[in-house]
Amino acid sequence: MVKTIKANAGKQGKSNRSDCYIELTIHKSGGLKIDLKSKVESMYGGSIRKLLKDMCRFYKIKNAEIYVEDYGALPGTLMARFELAIERTKPELQKEYLPEFNKNNLYKTKKNRFRRSRLYLPGNTPKLFPNAGLHKPDGIILDLEDSVSPSEKDAAQLLVRNTLRTIDFYGAERMVRINQLPKGLDDLKFIVPHNVHVILIPKCESADDVLKVEEKVRVLKKESNVKNEIYFMPIIESAKGIINAYEIASASKNNCALAIGLEDYTADIGTQRTNEGKESFFARSMIVNAAKAAGIQPIDTVFSDVNDMEGLRESVLEAKSLGFEGKGCIHPRQIKVVHEAFAPTKEEIEKARKIVDAFNEAKKKGLGVVSIGSKMIDAPVVKRAENVLKLVNKNL
Amino acid sequence: MKMIKNAAGRLVPEVVNGKKQIPYKGVGKYKPSGKKHGPPIRSCADYPEDGNKVVKNLREALKKAGLKNGMTISTHHHLRNGDALTNLLFDTIKSMGIKNIRWFPSASFPVHEHLINYLEDGTIHHIEGSMNGPLGRYASEGKMKGLGVLRSHGGRWQAIQDGEVHIDIAVIAAPTADPFGNATGDRGPTACGLLGFALADSIYADNVIVATDNLVPFPCTPWQIQGNNVDYVVEVDSLGDPGKIVSGTTQVTKSPDRLLIAEYIAQFFEDAGIMKDGFSFQAGAGGINLAFAVYLRERMKEKGVKARFIRGGSTKYLVEMLEEGLTDYILDGQTFDLEGVRSMRENPNHINTSPFTSYNYHGKGNFASLVDAAVLGATEVDINFNANVVTHSDGYLLHGIGGWQNALFGKTTILAIPSFRDRIPVIVDEVTTLVGPGELIDVIVTERGIAINPRRKDLIKATKGSTLPIRPIEDIYEEVNSICGGKPAKPKLNKKKVIAVIKWVDGTIIDSVYQVRK
Repeated sequence: MVKTIKANAGKQGKSNRSDCYIELTIHKSGGLKIDLKSKVESMYGGSIRKLLKDMCRFYKIKNAEIYVEDYGALPGTLMARFELAIERTKPELQKEYLPEFNKNNLYKTKKNRFRRSRLYLPGNTPKLFPNAGLHKPDGIILDLEDSVSPSEKDAAQLLVRNTLRTIDFYGAERMVRINQLPKGLDDLKFIVPHNVHVILIPKCESADDVLKVEEKVRVLKKESNVKNEIYFMPIIESAKGIINAYEIASASKNNCALAIGLEDYTADIGTQRTNEGKESFFARSMIVNAAKAAGIQPIDTVFSDVNDMEGLRESVLEAKSLGFEGKGCIHPRQIKVVHEAFAPTKEEIEKARKIVDAFNEAKKKGLGVVSIGSKMIDAPVVKRAENVLKLVNKNL
Repeated sequence: MKMIKNAAGRLVPEVVNGKKQIPYKGVGKYKPSGKKHGPPIRSCADYPEDGNKVVKNLREALKKAGLKNGMTISTHHHLRNGDALTNLLFDTIKSMGIKNIRWFPSASFPVHEHLINYLEDGTIHHIEGSMNGPLGRYASEGKMKGLGVLRSHGGRWQAIQDGEVHIDIAVIAAPTADPFGNATGDRGPTACGLLGFALADSIYADNVIVATDNLVPFPCTPWQIQGNNVDYVVEVDSLGDPGKIVSGTTQVTKSPDRLLIAEYIAQFFEDAGIMKDGFSFQAGAGGINLAFAVYLRERMKEKGVKARFIRGGSTKYLVEMLEEGLTDYILDGQTFDLEGVRSMRENPNHINTSPFTSYNYHGKGNFASLVDAAVLGATEVDINFNANVVTHSDGYLLHGIGGWQNALFGKTTILAIPSFRDRIPVIVDEVTTLVGPGELIDVIVTERGIAINPRRKDLIKATKGSTLPIRPIEDIYEEVNSICGGKPAKPKLNKKKVIAVIKWVDGTIIDSVYQVRK
């Protein structure tokens, strides 16, 4: 009797635009048989078959049936899905089939760059990737955690890796939310070598969580000779995390921001999220204080009603008044509203100009002390004023 | 089939369905002479004195109109995908044992898939008219006996008026009519708005049948079709499904990428100086176009700018602009939702127009060229700004031309298109089918940037310093190819078999559509 091994990957059904479904059956003999049904047969049928054959050669698969239903998947997606099918037939396999790295994605980030908006994209939904950067979020988060079902975690790892390599982020900061530790530590090898800028650590409860990620990242960076800095944004989503907020915020010099996730937090303290947000006032203030004390950015939770732009605007203004510097977005249409709401007001701009002018004047005169009228101005005040003016330019 | 190269460099047949053709000669180059077509003279002596032209049923009307094998029968698409009359009409023709009809619709919809049976059994010989969906697919596979002929709305008027297409019997679906034949589309249980697409047929056809499911006593007023042109009136149970004729409300797209395109276009209107007091624009009912109108409205309000007229397809969004005083008039070509129908019925500044006033190229001017800017769509655009609206990149004929070619004559033509759909590039090196020449297409707006035709130096100058992502079209083309994984292969076509021709607005042939190899 001939022994066969069978596995599948991807999603079946026409509604899965820009994705594909692949069934792989490995035989002992009979050569390669490809059965391709593709929406783009006339345009890319030939190149899809060639890709599948190249990958079979790479993985030394000589005898197999490959059944593909393709709904217009981009090459990086096809590769991730077929690699997954192969990996699922041979779990011991450690070889990665990497698509070419898009040279537009070689840019670096800075610890103190603006992080007003960060757009969450479910890590296993490829149709959302190619255009996300066009909406100009400050950051794009490829999510491996809550938006990916437990059975598809391996699929999302490969897809996120290929997305980091192939899809143009158009200048947005390149972020990945890994899974809650310890599972999240396994995610790191799929992202660290591929120019990830910021790693979001969910459900962070102690400095130790950050340190574990930091250590694993250090090892992986060394292994794959990654030189650029990778920053961390711990997300606090529990009562314990809130109590340890400062310890978490100051755990690593590579922490760039501290975020709060209110869905889980309110559940943890046994209450409901309300629009007024009394139930989370303490937690959010803790985040702001801990982040500021550690010299990093406090970042607010997401606003989940994508149709309520007025509500979003109010929520951002309120977050800004508490001291937050960023907001999570779950839909591209939220980005513009978030940026507008974080934009400094006319009064803020005028005040900032006065301060910066006075500072420059004092510097020119060689004065050690800056003052406006009789009021002395400290260095942090000048820095904040400079930030306000930078933000003005950003909104132009 | 003998093929000749036209002025656009495209190979087109010399003869189509037995008739000698004129190849496309360039924009504004072909000017025919002679007289318009005239319908036969009739006498009141042959029509009932009491004005009651109602006959028993459709069969009776067709019989009285002298239906014979090989005749040309016309229908119209104002009932859109809710149309039940056309299918009923051909069921009747089939039951009368008639063969080889040339069907001359102003457009077809997926609901007409039923008629494939009659293409198969020889009741219908071929279709001259826009073929949407299943009929286009059928023709693309080379199964139709004659050649399809696709015309724009204005081109259809031109062909009828010039005598290029002689209509034996026109069957007009009328949501409300009187026994004399006066008819309107703005009221009745199957109200659709206006009947402009049937107007030429009512004037030039040998025989005109009005079919209605809402017969009112004389006079049906105001009428859109004049009873004096009508031979017979038929009552039917229902013209179709109102829910599919007009939508309750048309919806703005929710796709963030399409909304981004719409926003870019609205900003382009402002930055390029198109949006100024007394301006005019045309926008259809596609998702992007509707959203564009919504964004433009916000900008007009903010800047206190008012338009002189807007050209529909009207929707509630345009109606709101009319009612808010943001435009003096809507000049409407078709009505897409119930609000549009209501407004047309009630508001004297919501004007019903026809392909004659708006689009006919063989007239003493038309409205389309008076419009400051038209926002249109396309299935493909190439790096020379040539565009395609009828075939997909796999070669299949799936859409009609509509008023698209005619609207290209607006002062600025803007195509709103995604740069690719799934993995299908929309910006290509050469269009599969040439429907609109690049010289008439000024601006391409995609989610990845805006390309201005280098011919429009004025627009390039006006938008200098704009924050819009304006880039060369080749740039967007390269980017799309790199996203999709290289240049797409060309469709597999049987170049020996033409299945349809595309007419330009002046009746010349601009391109051929070929059979798709399976």
